[in-house]
Amino acid sequence: MALRGQSVPRLEDARLITGRGRYTADIQLAGQLTALMVRSPHAHARIRSVDGDRARALPGVHAVYTGQDTKGVLNPIPTAWLPPGSDLATTDHPALAWDVVRYVGDAVAMVVADSLAAARKARDLIEVDYEPLPAVTGVTEATAPGAPLVHEGVPGNRALFWHAGASTDEVEAALRQAEVRVRLPLVQQRLIPNPMEPRAAVAQYDPSTGKLTLWATSQNPHIHRLLVAGVLGLPEHRVRVIAGDVGGGFGSKIACYPDEVLVAHAARELRRPVRWVEERREHFVATTHGRDHVEEVELGGTRDGILTALKVRARANLGAYLSTAAPGVPTILFGLIVNGAYDIPHVAVDVEGVYTNTTPVDAYRGAGRPEATFLIERLVDRFAREVGMDPVEVRRRNLVAADRFPYTNALGITYDSGRYHAALDRALAMLDPGQVSRHREEARRQGRLLGVGVSTYVEMCGLGPSEVAGAVGFQGGLWEHALVRVLPTGKVMVMTGASPHGQGEETTFAQLVADRLGCSLDDVEVMHGDTDLVSMGWGTYGSRSTAVGGGALSVALDRVVDKARQVAAHTLEASVGDVVLEAGRFYVQGVQDRSVAFAEVALKAHLAWSLPAGVEPGLEAQASYNPTNFTYPYGTHVAVVEVDPETGDIHLRRYIAVDDCGPRINPMIVEGQVRGGVVQGIGQALWEGAAYDRQGQLVTGSLMDYALPKARFFPPIETDALETPAAHNPLGVKGVGETGTIAATPTIVNAVLDALAPLGIHNLDMPLTPERVWQAIEASGWKAAAGGQGGVQA
Amino acid sequence: MTEEATATQVRQEIPITVHINGAAQSTAIAPNVLLSEFLRDHLALTGTHVGCDTSQCGACTVLVDGRVVKSCTILAVQADGMSVTTVEGLRAGSVLHPVQEAFRAHHALQCGFCTPGALMLAAGLLMDNPHPTRSEIREGLDGIVCRCTGYENIVEAVADAAERLAEEVRPHGA
Repeated sequence: MALRGQSVPRLEDARLITGRGRYTADIQLAGQLTALMVRSPHAHARIRSVDGDRARALPGVHAVYTGQDTKGVLNPIPTAWLPPGSDLATTDHPALAWDVVRYVGDAVAMVVADSLAAARKARDLIEVDYEPLPAVTGVTEATAPGAPLVHEGVPGNRALFWHAGASTDEVEAALRQAEVRVRLPLVQQRLIPNPMEPRAAVAQYDPSTGKLTLWATSQNPHIHRLLVAGVLGLPEHRVRVIAGDVGGGFGSKIACYPDEVLVAHAARELRRPVRWVEERREHFVATTHGRDHVEEVELGGTRDGILTALKVRARANLGAYLSTAAPGVPTILFGLIVNGAYDIPHVAVDVEGVYTNTTPVDAYRGAGRPEATFLIERLVDRFAREVGMDPVEVRRRNLVAADRFPYTNALGITYDSGRYHAALDRALAMLDPGQVSRHREEARRQGRLLGVGVSTYVEMCGLGPSEVAGAVGFQGGLWEHALVRVLPTGKVMVMTGASPHGQGEETTFAQLVADRLGCSLDDVEVMHGDTDLVSMGWGTYGSRSTAVGGGALSVALDRVVDKARQVAAHTLEASVGDVVLEAGRFYVQGVQDRSVAFAEVALKAHLAWSLPAGVEPGLEAQASYNPTNFTYPYGTHVAVVEVDPETGDIHLRRYIAVDDCGPRINPMIVEGQVRGGVVQGIGQALWEGAAYDRQGQLVTGSLMDYALPKARFFPPIETDALETPAAHNPLGVKGVGETGTIAATPTIVNAVLDALAPLGIHNLDMPLTPERVWQAIEASGWKAAAGGQGGVQA
Repeated sequence: MTEEATATQVRQEIPITVHINGAAQSTAIAPNVLLSEFLRDHLALTGTHVGCDTSQCGACTVLVDGRVVKSCTILAVQADGMSVTTVEGLRAGSVLHPVQEAFRAHHALQCGFCTPGALMLAAGLLMDNPHPTRSEIREGLDGIVCRCTGYENIVEAVADAAERLAEEVRPHGA
């Protein structure tokens, strides 16, 4: 029986449930030293001096590094995404600040000592003399005339300006002609990723070979190799990056960080292994944040609900430096899909990227696509209310119809496949309108407001064709690599350039191998995350691992089978065209008693005693797979919420997710991704949000101040799936890592605003905390209108 | 380090004996070492993870004399004379504990970082309440943060583990 499509338990779990995972912070090498960072307490300040002498004099301290020590020794950390036509204002990003600190958490010095205790003592003795400078934290103040400059050479703090779609004039004309126009000011609040494993790095330098090994919490070790080698000035082949078990990333472990290159530098200098482990409080300030847009968005259409024009103006806070993928997130990954799943003929997008004195912003689960989906889904609801139609009906009238694929949107990207209406219908069928009416009545009797929210979405992911990566300025290939090595006993090793860190590809890929070669899951080992083991790879992000990495694996498996078939044909004395592989045995077609086991063929291939002419010994194949398009998973999510008007508290009553990520190789893993993603998206809607004070201090700087979702807040997530194959990749898969996060945020906000609509409340900024909701209810005058009785008048 | 400083250091260390996963560990340890640090850095039991510095995340949860404790909230010296069970000691020989079996069966982990704490919390929870409702399980999981799973599969795993444990205590054929 095929394993594909079956929810087999994960192979990686055996080590992870017994405490045998090997995370970077678990590494303990002989002679290993401990590194700690000294970070700026100021959002913006000139460094007058850094005095490490007292720290250096402490017993057990091996080194103190400062910006001035490393200037000219370490190259600045580059950004890896340069969107064309965006007037990108790049600046030097030193691993340790040279003269100026630009955000709270900016690294100023690193101490390396025998023990954590000694390093802590030393850190406290490093004296930094700062001259505080005025700081800016939000895009509005940063772009105001006369605002303090984050970088002296960047006027107006403008890091980039990017336009996509039709001309603004054309879209404004279309909006003027529209029978109905709705406009919303939207805030995509800043989020702090918080994977449960903090970042960490361990470096070891081997003076005899000149090789540096860096264990790092990375989603993309080959990209880290490239960047670390560049910053350290080491030849790339003398750098080995290993991402062992990585405890979640959500985009925050894509970037090359100062800490990683500094640890590598210290190991090279001191000829001792050096380990740095991020403290959670450091994570809050020193690991990249996500989202953070201020937007003005406008949608026009006809009275019968047909959408005609969309104008988006977004200002994106990029923080103090351009992180690795940062410039591409609010432009390419956001602007090209703002129309969502709808056919809207006239679309214009303007994005201004802004430097501020805050932690750099980069990819966070969904990266640009949640922001895009949020704005269009909020606008569609607002538009429906304006024309007096059911929001579902407006969606139905504008969703791209199944017979229109491939569909090219107004921004020039081509959605390959989809059945958007079918997903919508499926989700609504699960909702059960009769039950909603009963719940609404029950809530009303108990003084609560019930709301239903719907979002449809489409994601552009499975990044991506190399030519497109080049066209949009990404400084990487984005194809993927796989090697399949069959050993003499028929056991199989797979090396993949994908770098999973929770997504379960060790299992998913093993399922593909077992099906194709007819072996068991236990016969397969999937290896990843080591640049000396895997020849090349671009990593795991953008929901690309199974679509692109799985594509490479699929092609490599075909090649292995092709070669094995030649050896089998030779053995069976049949022509290659007559030999078929079924359930682990090669047969001569139509002759059941002439067969040879795949494992036996593997042995023959290795022994090479008798191979057909022109066939080399051994049995392995590799493939580099470059997709021809992005993938486009889509779906409809529905939420039912209750709002308590006395407290502003929101109770999630139901959540329904219908997604089409293509054929599911392991439905259990896919559903796990959906559920986890949904909860993360709900986190943004209801609780999560970074806040800076006017001086640029992060006031949500710990898990006591930044609210992550907890188990007790959620009902079961009801899931269902459509499986429409992607038209262009070998497995037909589309990616699922980000869909839940993309869909859930607007679904929840739409539901809460549906509940509050009778009170005349039509827009609220996230997170929808009880206080914010309560304030809005108070300000609505609803209580007075209800005679102070708190009766729901809906 | 000067001889005097070394002597002070030694004088400050306190002898303790902690029964860890069934084996007595006797050592002298500085009084400011947390139990989590003792497990990870002194005993190389790195299955216990540290995910925060404010005792919020629960990744470091262990059982101390059968009670659920975040090992970053107590000092190693406070565990003197006690029994500590970490994720490494959860299974009996090669036989997985029912919560481990259930976590695997229900895909209750993704990246695996919070998992040791979640497993120990689940094991402790089921000792206190062998037949919890889904709602009680969700309340009971308040001590951990999982960023990957959305918790639902953890809830299902704990419910399933409760049934598996009930099967274990019930004699066969009963």
